[in-house]
Amino acid sequence: MSDSMQPPAKVATPPRFLPAGDGAVVVEFGSAVDEALSDRVMALDARISGAGIEGVVETVPTYRSLLVTYDPLVIRARQLISRLAELAKGADQAATVGRQWVIPVCYGGDHGEDLEWVAKVHDMTPEDVIALHSGATYRVYMIGFTPGFAYLGGLPEVLHTPRRETPRTLVPAGSVAIGGQQAAVFSVAAPSGWHMLGRTPVRTFDLRRDDPFLIAPGDRIRFSPIAAAEFDVLAARAETGDTVAWHEEAA
Amino acid sequence: MAALLVADPGPLATLQDLGRVGYQRFGVTVAGAMDEVALRLANRLAGNEAGEAAIEFTLAGGTYVVEAAACRIAVAGGDFPVSVNGRRVGAYASHTLRRGDRLVIGRAHSGTRGYLAVAGGFDLPKVLGSRSTHVRSALGGVDGQPLKAGSRIPLAAAECFDDPDRWLKPGLWPKGRDFVRVVLGPQDDLFTEEGKATFLSSAYRILPQSDRMGYRFEGPPIRHAADYNIVSDGIAPGSVQVIGSGQPIIMLADRQTTGGYAKIATVISADLPVLAQCRPGNAVRFQAVSVEEAEDLRIAMLEGIDRLERAFYRVGSTVDDTANLLGVNLIDGVFQGHHT
Repeated sequence: MSDSMQPPAKVATPPRFLPAGDGAVVVEFGSAVDEALSDRVMALDARISGAGIEGVVETVPTYRSLLVTYDPLVIRARQLISRLAELAKGADQAATVGRQWVIPVCYGGDHGEDLEWVAKVHDMTPEDVIALHSGATYRVYMIGFTPGFAYLGGLPEVLHTPRRETPRTLVPAGSVAIGGQQAAVFSVAAPSGWHMLGRTPVRTFDLRRDDPFLIAPGDRIRFSPIAAAEFDVLAARAETGDTVAWHEEAA
Repeated sequence: MAALLVADPGPLATLQDLGRVGYQRFGVTVAGAMDEVALRLANRLAGNEAGEAAIEFTLAGGTYVVEAAACRIAVAGGDFPVSVNGRRVGAYASHTLRRGDRLVIGRAHSGTRGYLAVAGGFDLPKVLGSRSTHVRSALGGVDGQPLKAGSRIPLAAAECFDDPDRWLKPGLWPKGRDFVRVVLGPQDDLFTEEGKATFLSSAYRILPQSDRMGYRFEGPPIRHAADYNIVSDGIAPGSVQVIGSGQPIIMLADRQTTGGYAKIATVISADLPVLAQCRPGNAVRFQAVSVEEAEDLRIAMLEGIDRLERAFYRVGSTVDDTANLLGVNLIDGVFQGHHT
């Protein structure tokens, strides 16, 4: 709780290990949304997966902590925490840089019915909003809410927009939206109070693919504007299981 | 096709196993049986592996018709009346049914959830490693949806079994109670000492807006030390979130993977089945235990199920069968925590 009152630490403070029942431990690095904290979360996550600790069931990386679930028949919290504390030492940099994705987006019109409104609120043109939104690189802090729903950090501050007072009961899959200081791609149709800027033909969650999940925590994303005609072509390809998003080398 | 015809699924019936484990990092809800003990017992009675997918029903079980040469079924969970072709038969028992037999599972006298297991399991595809239904994301079970009247669930096995049916004597059935144990944390430091004391000393009533995702409670407000919002983090099963009003919500099988409310405590896994059998209107108290005690209680719960399996009577054996008596003696004390 006192993190915000302390000056930025030069040497990272060790994480806190918090109990979450008899099958999970929370490794908490801090209490804010912060790139450096996320780096530490992802670094520990990679080290745990590399260490192959017997009894660890799964890990759930989030903005500022890592939930580690375990089977108490195989390993006890006490032993697990001492292993995790060892692994956390010096794990301040992400061991591997996540993939960098380019996601095509058709902005405005039927594909993004809130584009005009968002532009008006920020006293700019829809083209300005598109240039700002597609000019930024976003970090996948975590995936939650629905399968494949990526919470993206890195939305330019001038586009920070409070959520709708009345959430929509259903936002279609593929919606590219902003809410507060965050951005996201809707993996499946879901209720939401976020503002829809556009739509992507990319399915970030598709069970028909060998790897149903396109995006992983720690990846980076850039959006690339496309016209409605191109959207239709790519949507048809996506229908056959094609990812229609592409990688690029990290800058 | 060998199948079980769903004539009437009752208020809510879904396929559930031990859950979709391993995909929470991609936002996939675990789901799975609300009462793990009853699922495991129904399966063991039917002769299955403990984690096979079974039908989880709610408040009333409904009606099923066998469309196979033979089908061994077993029912466990709350106190549900079970009948076959109008004749009353036992719960916590397996029964070998024939083609056309009509299985009726009535309204629960007590408890909330029950499990109908079939020997050999259901012939449905696993989705991301599990047959558990998560309705909100439409994954698993039968098309990701609750069972509907008129649908047929394919059976993996359709033969008769040579070994006798089994049953568990009523004195050994898991019992309900009005308290559950919790481990404090992960965010108990975000509550005042008074808030924590209130949580551990008061009764909280389960509200009607409770479901497989979570139970909402009403009781003396639990005071936060500061803000009740936190930056989202992972949610373990049984997490006790406290919302702005100071009222707790316990996150259960269909919980989302991440959330932004402070969590004062986590219900221990051995007591989640107790909670699963509570109903809206029931009052529950919370008792703190250490992580080590909670881990010991989970191990004891699983060992207890193994011992109960050794205590199953075989149809045709006499009640004073020595092996069964030995099994019963082994049980004494194992489930003592389940008695009020």
